[in-house]
Amino acid sequence: MASPILSLAELAMHFPTPAGLVRAVDGVSIDIAPGETVGLVGESGCGKSTLGKTSMRLTRPTAGSIRLEGHEISDLSRSALRPWRSKLQMIFQDPYASLNPRLTVGRTLEEPLIVHGRGNAAERRDRVRWLADKVGLRPEALQRHPHEFSGGQRQRIGIARALALEPKLVICDEPVSALDVSVRAQVINLLMDLKRDLGLAYLFISHDLSVVEHVSDRIAVMYLGKLVEIADRHTLWTRPQHPYTQALIAAVPVADPSHATDRRPGLVEGDLPSPLDPPSGCRFRTRCPIAVAQCAEREPPLRPLASGHFVACDRVAGT
Amino acid sequence: MQDFLRRFARNQAAIVGVVILLVVIALALLAPVLYPDSPWDMVTEPFLAPGADRAHPLGSDMMGRDLAAGIFHGARVSLMIGIVATLVALAVGVTIGAIAGYYGGWVDNVLMRVTELFQTIPAFIFAIVLVSIFQPSVTSIVLAIGTVSWPPVARLTRSEFLTLRSREFVQACITIGMGDLRIIVLHVLPNALAPIIVTGSLMVATAILTEAGLAFLGLGDPNVMSWGTIIGAGRDVLRTAAYVTAIPGIAILLTVLALNLVGEGLNDALNPKLKNR
Repeated sequence: MASPILSLAELAMHFPTPAGLVRAVDGVSIDIAPGETVGLVGESGCGKSTLGKTSMRLTRPTAGSIRLEGHEISDLSRSALRPWRSKLQMIFQDPYASLNPRLTVGRTLEEPLIVHGRGNAAERRDRVRWLADKVGLRPEALQRHPHEFSGGQRQRIGIARALALEPKLVICDEPVSALDVSVRAQVINLLMDLKRDLGLAYLFISHDLSVVEHVSDRIAVMYLGKLVEIADRHTLWTRPQHPYTQALIAAVPVADPSHATDRRPGLVEGDLPSPLDPPSGCRFRTRCPIAVAQCAEREPPLRPLASGHFVACDRVAGT
Repeated sequence: MQDFLRRFARNQAAIVGVVILLVVIALALLAPVLYPDSPWDMVTEPFLAPGADRAHPLGSDMMGRDLAAGIFHGARVSLMIGIVATLVALAVGVTIGAIAGYYGGWVDNVLMRVTELFQTIPAFIFAIVLVSIFQPSVTSIVLAIGTVSWPPVARLTRSEFLTLRSREFVQACITIGMGDLRIIVLHVLPNALAPIIVTGSLMVATAILTEAGLAFLGLGDPNVMSWGTIIGAGRDVLRTAAYVTAIPGIAILLTVLALNLVGEGLNDALNPKLKNR
């Protein structure tokens, strides 16, 4: 693998709350190569959004390292971080909350250029027009305010803003889950076109495995603050090893018969345990169909099963 | 903006408020034209009843001073003190509230405890104390009213900033690498402004009342005549010549009522979702 753009090592983000310490992200390691799309799936509340926001340095991680093109950014100050920001950008989940309602679209797209001192007024105007065109917005849209647009259009604005600084990696935090089903495909296709044209890498966060399967090169599965399985898309989809991954895939409605595999039936039952007090040993054991007594004793490490395929389960036969 | 004006214009009470306010502003602007001489000058006999002399339609007080001149010049003083004191309170309150709400944590804790400290002292008593210490003057009165009225603004601004702070567009600003000052002033504050403007318009009314109260107690600036000054002078003759107190009293009543109506109208027009409650 080429030297990674983003490299997370044992990243942890804990939040102190009145009820106790929430271990939203608890030791996650993953590399993302240039031009690669890594999908991150998991249930609501498993910490995948926190992982995205922590990688983005919206919060300072509790422990672990975040390396951007080999440079440690996990402990940089806000001002020291600024030059790195342009390489790493983010698309937010809620297109209604992620745009400043008081600014015109043109101004929203110009803000990153102003903050980073890119070009003079005329050059910035050209760049904003180019961005709008790139995401399929008409030039007239630049004079309007966000409330005049539909959810899909707003998400295009959010994508254009993320692209303004020519990032190498874009963290997409559930970019289509707030959109109508009918416009999801358009936005996903736009993201794929942009990736091809601009050579972007994505960390694509979603709870929807079928979307992730469609866009990703590799997929990581997260459960209660930990990664339980990483593999390339095809392997994960056809030969999932971790019982949680198997359950997630079993829960995906199949529209394409060629995707139907002889997967193990059985959905996970119950709710995600509280991250305030995760189960001892393997965190999934409370809902796992194949758990045994030993699972409560040892936390299974993420271990290689085959080339590029890692699983955190002691019950899966290794090589 | 046009939406806002249309919604505001649909509110009849608010329009009445605007009309009354315009009249008060007209009084203030016309004062030096219609009554170029000082309102303190004795121009006629004392206790001239309103309507008795066409040259002095509102009559005169016990010193023979023209009450109409007092009302016109008093409008200047009352409005000016009300507006400037409110601006002082808004400047302090918005700054402290914005910093507390945006940064949260210990900064928020410290600033809110200071705010509460100010709130524990009854506002009017506090204002009396401040004006007594610093000698009554327009400046000291403005600063005293500003000092006692910023805490509610700070709390309001803080709560607005707390909710806006966690919105994704603020996070987007951070991911862009924007500095805190730019985020606060350019991105968060404009979205928090609507309730602050409403509160501000109501605060002008409160400030006018407070100034009148101070002047009534003899803590007005002795060099300027406000409506409160006239009431304060008239209280000695309340039983024999009630109109000396009543006329400036009505002026205050109407102005405060107008400001409240306008404030309510702004509130409904700026928060269309709350309308038709």
